[in-house]
Amino acid sequence: MYAYAEFDEDFVRARVRQFRDQVERRIDGRLTEDEFKPLRLMNGLYLQLHAYMLRVAIPYGTLNSRQMRQLAMVADRWDRGYGHFTTRQNIQFNWPRLRDVPDMLDALADVGMHAIQTSGNCVRNVTADPFAGAAADEIADPRPYAELLRQWSTDHPEFQFLPRKFKIAITGAEEDRAVTRAHDIGLRLLRQGGETGFEVSIGGGLGRTPMLGRVIRAFLPEADLLPYVEAILGVYNRLGRRDNKYKARIKIAVHEMGLETLRELVEARFVKTRAEFGGADRAMLAGIAGHFAPPASCHGPETIPPGSPAFRAWCDTNLTRHRRADHAIVTVSLKTPGQVPGDVTAAQMRVLADLAERYGHDDLRISHRQNVVLPHVRKADLPAVFEALAGAGLAAANAGLVSDIIACPGLDYCALATARSIPVAQRIALRFEALKLEHEVGPLRLNISGCINACGHHHVADIGILGLERAGVETYQMTLGGDPTVTAAIGERTGPGFSSDEIVGAVERIVLAYLDLRRDAEETFAEVFRRVGLGPFQQVLYEGGEATDAA
Amino acid sequence: MTGAGGSIIVTDAGFAVPVPGERFVPLAILGEATPRAVDLAPEDDPAALAPLLHAIAAIRIAFPVFSDGRGFSLARDLRRMGFRGRLRAAGHLIADQYPLARACGFDEVEIGAELAARQPEADWRCAACRGRGYLDRIKGPEPNPG
Repeated sequence: MYAYAEFDEDFVRARVRQFRDQVERRIDGRLTEDEFKPLRLMNGLYLQLHAYMLRVAIPYGTLNSRQMRQLAMVADRWDRGYGHFTTRQNIQFNWPRLRDVPDMLDALADVGMHAIQTSGNCVRNVTADPFAGAAADEIADPRPYAELLRQWSTDHPEFQFLPRKFKIAITGAEEDRAVTRAHDIGLRLLRQGGETGFEVSIGGGLGRTPMLGRVIRAFLPEADLLPYVEAILGVYNRLGRRDNKYKARIKIAVHEMGLETLRELVEARFVKTRAEFGGADRAMLAGIAGHFAPPASCHGPETIPPGSPAFRAWCDTNLTRHRRADHAIVTVSLKTPGQVPGDVTAAQMRVLADLAERYGHDDLRISHRQNVVLPHVRKADLPAVFEALAGAGLAAANAGLVSDIIACPGLDYCALATARSIPVAQRIALRFEALKLEHEVGPLRLNISGCINACGHHHVADIGILGLERAGVETYQMTLGGDPTVTAAIGERTGPGFSSDEIVGAVERIVLAYLDLRRDAEETFAEVFRRVGLGPFQQVLYEGGEATDAA
Repeated sequence: MTGAGGSIIVTDAGFAVPVPGERFVPLAILGEATPRAVDLAPEDDPAALAPLLHAIAAIRIAFPVFSDGRGFSLARDLRRMGFRGRLRAAGHLIADQYPLARACGFDEVEIGAELAARQPEADWRCAACRGRGYLDRIKGPEPNPG
């Protein structure tokens, strides 16, 4: 993985010194709270419901064991012994004190990490396929481009005060595991006639106005990536709306100005931006790519060793095909029924670090589904990995199943939330654990957001839940048929919402209806939904009837 | 140490008072004769100035509020169009934005007396010495092989 050059190290240290100074100036009044706010946000520091929250970037979801151990140290020393992984592959610490934050940032800089641009109206942490460099269906490794974009966007002088936040996601595989169509810019690596390039989409985003990204360039030669992205950002910075923060994302510009108009403006600007790149970016990319060479060869048998039923169940759900027949990609579920989705204790972080070091080529990933991934594990080592995970409460065999729930922090932490997400996720997971049904059901995405801003990605789940507040009472709306993959779709609302007491039963009815409706175990929820529509599901939700397939 | 309107000009050399008598004409009311100095609002399209740029000595771009970053792109656009005159950012910029403004092609920043009092010269000088950014490296020439 990428290791900081001297330049990165100097930059991050300077940034910590600068922030330390900004904190002092805030305290002595030279900076007003209004002026300090964007500066602290640019350094990942939010003010939440009960305390500050520090959001630390995990660029494209990649970290090594040393970094994971340092996160554990930060959690123990300055927080409450745990952290929370987010849908944008970051980690959040929920209880830092303002005066400690510069020290926390220095500790992160010790291992080449930072919290720069994890917030604010700037280009945010670039997210990527958590299986990058390991997946069997990969066309090209997206990580070098993601790192190049990280460097380009970091402290970019033109784009620190955009109309609104700006999110970029990149994938290099056939399957889209980075939800690229839900990002301001989505990049998909392609090969065309021996040339590598990107399909570039813009204007995706969830929130109160969910929209899927639209393709602005069907094939962009990879060498033109930075000038093209710079052209998009330049057009957006000049013309994106600033009169209403809810209409300020680029998706609204695409919607109001039209894709064709924006494409013309971007292409015209691109002619100029391209002329400004003198070749250093190419040399830097080549240097960066060297950091992402495949792990040193480490052969083993191509079959998984026998083991207990629990081990076999875990292998069935938590492994993904690696590009090498003697390796597997391991998803470590942070969704043991009853736990807070995405939370991990400092002790668990250390176990994960040890496993990565011993069995996983020192490589760890955070997935947008809020799990941890060990991307390169020899099949021969799987039993040992499983045993160690089980000892740390990390061996839930539910990756990709209905209890592998994405949930935002919700009203338990977040100042924007209108309802709780975590307890709902916990109750649903426990219910399905008791039903012993989810392995029969198979892959199913259930995502929960605690407000309309949709951090829990509820719009792109098979079953999406949105928590709202109606007359002082939490109520949960449901959407069905959302899809985060290459066949991306925004879920459709089923109808009136459910109370906190009703929502678990409602989810159960939907899952049972899916079992009734599907032709066989191969037909996914998304496929059934496309075939039968919302009707049969509404029937079981609101009419107490059984799902009948009218189609 | 303030100018007639109480404003301060910040450059790499520190604080100074504006040159007396310099008159900026808003783009919207440009007449037949090309003025020496032009005012641009953040929503203005600089393309209108393209044929005149060689004759203009100074352009001042307004920042109504420091969180409105349109002026940074406007500045880069003007430099891309070949403008070689003096480029000034004016209004609400804070000291921390000074290096961003410089990197986008501004030569100087004009601030009000209140802000200059609250964020004194030392804050701007401290900001000025922040060094080379990622973008300078990325946009540099191809390194000489060997």
